[in-house]
Amino acid sequence: MAVEAKSLSTPLHGMDAEEAELREQLMFDPRPREELNRMVMESMVHTTPRYWAVVAFLAVVVLVCLFGAWGYMIATGIGLAGVRKPVYWGVFIVTFVFWIGISHAGTFVSAILRVFKAEFRRPFTRAAELMTTFGLAAGALYPLIHLGRVWVFYWMIPYPNARWLWPNFRSPLVWDFLAITTYLLSSTIYLYLPLIPDLAMARDRTQGWRHAIYKTLALGWRGTEAEWARLRKAITIFAFAIIPVMFSVHTIVSWDFAVSQTAVWNSTIFGPYFIVGAILSGVSAVVTILVILRATLKNMDYFIRMEHLDALGKLLLVFSMAWAYFFFNDYLVSWYGGYEAVRRVLFFHSSGPDSWIWWSMIIFNVLIPWLTLWNRRIRRTPWAMLIITLLINVGMYFERYTIVPMTLAHQRFPFDWGNYVPRIEIIISIGTLALFILLYMLASRLIPMVPVWEVREGQEAHMIRQIGKAKVPTVSELE
Amino acid sequence: MAEEKQTGRWGMVIDLDVCTGCNACVTACAMENNIPWVGEEDAGYGRGMHWIRVQRYWEGEYPEVSPHYQPVMCQQCGRAPCEPVCPVFATVHSEEQQINLQVYNRCIGTRYCANNCPYIARSFNWFDYSQQIPTPMNYYLNPNVTVRRRGVMEKCTFCVQRIYEGQERAKAEGRVVQDGEIVPACAQACPTDAIIFGDLSDPESRVSKAARNQRRYTLLEELGTEPKVTYLKGEGTYGG
Ligand code: SF4
Repeated sequence: MAVEAKSLSTPLHGMDAEEAELREQLMFDPRPREELNRMVMESMVHTTPRYWAVVAFLAVVVLVCLFGAWGYMIATGIGLAGVRKPVYWGVFIVTFVFWIGISHAGTFVSAILRVFKAEFRRPFTRAAELMTTFGLAAGALYPLIHLGRVWVFYWMIPYPNARWLWPNFRSPLVWDFLAITTYLLSSTIYLYLPLIPDLAMARDRTQGWRHAIYKTLALGWRGTEAEWARLRKAITIFAFAIIPVMFSVHTIVSWDFAVSQTAVWNSTIFGPYFIVGAILSGVSAVVTILVILRATLKNMDYFIRMEHLDALGKLLLVFSMAWAYFFFNDYLVSWYGGYEAVRRVLFFHSSGPDSWIWWSMIIFNVLIPWLTLWNRRIRRTPWAMLIITLLINVGMYFERYTIVPMTLAHQRFPFDWGNYVPRIEIIISIGTLALFILLYMLASRLIPMVPVWEVREGQEAHMIRQIGKAKVPTVSELE
Repeated sequence: MAEEKQTGRWGMVIDLDVCTGCNACVTACAMENNIPWVGEEDAGYGRGMHWIRVQRYWEGEYPEVSPHYQPVMCQQCGRAPCEPVCPVFATVHSEEQQINLQVYNRCIGTRYCANNCPYIARSFNWFDYSQQIPTPMNYYLNPNVTVRRRGVMEKCTFCVQRIYEGQERAKAEGRVVQDGEIVPACAQACPTDAIIFGDLSDPESRVSKAARNQRRYTLLEELGTEPKVTYLKGEGTYGG
């Protein structure tokens, strides 16, 4: 059958309603390449006094709450934290797991969605990848912060030394150390690769110190066909390679708990359960940041659209369900095992003095997403998504709090039971939160937040065609 | 040497039926092993550092209650869960004494061992408690035992300094260690002789015989930690 197809890629005057609806999607609303470049450049150099005020405030918070309080703790003793017998791990480890969880966002959104060719990912892969790098930077501090003697932390590193001592490779903490450094390294490279063409774009459009930085970072990118081919290949290899790394990181973090013999920690399902939780909290954080970027960064309302929140909202709903499934699975089998110590811990979670944390976790991670995210209108309302995703992350934080101190508080001998009250941990955790936001804000003015070439590439491939009377969105195969 | 091999497996038996819960072992242990006191506030918060504690449980409803006392220290597990989790080999098994030892110099304070010890036998130096001892009191410190600094883990060693001393003395006198010659501080202080210490590899030693008693059990046997401490407890007796 012969079909007469006509491309409608360039917006025409007098679109009809059907076409206007299609044009609401970024991919079907192309703009000339130069304009895209200009918009992104503008967003990078545009700052307001309010921006600087926030940056200054965050810098002070980081100095005082993170480095000040941490320095004070190093000088005085880890006893400033609230940890006590038998709760030897507290909020430091909770926050550590939380940040490592957040860091799954970038890889998931960028690598997995790239491999599966999910087109909606295009404008915000970079925003997500940045979260990976900065989340890891914030999280990787905690294994140091929580040490009793941080000044000898390097004994955990395998290096040839005069004592002929290696670290204990049987210890999950050494696995952690190796996994996190691997992930930090590979995710930074993975952030950097797709950045090169954008850096070159920025290099050609700036002067002064910016030009100097971009010139170095762009590695002399000229955009020849051969360069593109190599870049594509490198990105593809990394996208595939980084997925197992991502899975390994949170699995290993979960093994910190699962290989121990503390009741309730000793669970075989912790690996996948932690990963699903990490992706849930990571993707939520991506949505939070997208909403904020859209409201604060110039020209972002063109790139980040309701369709993206919509798609991520659906993903969140799926992951919230998956999380609930794993949680239930873990809980039920532990409970059904009938081991007295395990049952007592589970009972303590949901009815002890801190049970509000456990219940909030259920409400924030399951109830709220399930009640709201099925609704298209809510998924497309930025402020609602902001609140929902923030709550999900609070819920995920509570999940880790339940797993770490609330489980340790109820060990096998009732004689040892003891409750945990965080002290300086709270201040230091606020410090790392400020560090994360600060790094993110600075980065938003230093590197292009939107991968222009990826958006452009997507827009080239997508077209609205007229087939007979109908307007049909099509996408041509890229690779 | 053959004799030295023989004195390999140190173990302990605690007879709960004669323990009166007097806490003398706790005091003796603190004196022998330079265990710092942590001050009222920290102790109240649950940071007391005793290597041995007398767990106290009540049975029945008031006023018909009967107390149960159970001294618990590091059980010197044959397969110690605290050991594999340490990233820097600070908690290790001693080949010669077959007990679990903490290398204070090596410890970096991850506290993972303490989480993984099912008996909650380990104590952590949250602050530099040993530096806070007022001046004349520092003379009570036992010169045979390291004073621990802040940020390291510590726990019962079966008074390893006394084991060494006994072994060295016997070696110098050209004989094997006699049963009952080496006594840790807690066993020495116990007024009812509820704590028996000795060599488990000698089937005729007092501790081996006691460990074969039919009232025997070990703590949390189901975990397979193979503790070196055995408890004795009869049915239906008060006390203990
Ligand atoms: S009782 Fe605890 S500290 Fe002692 S050897 Fe066993 S696991 Fe280690």
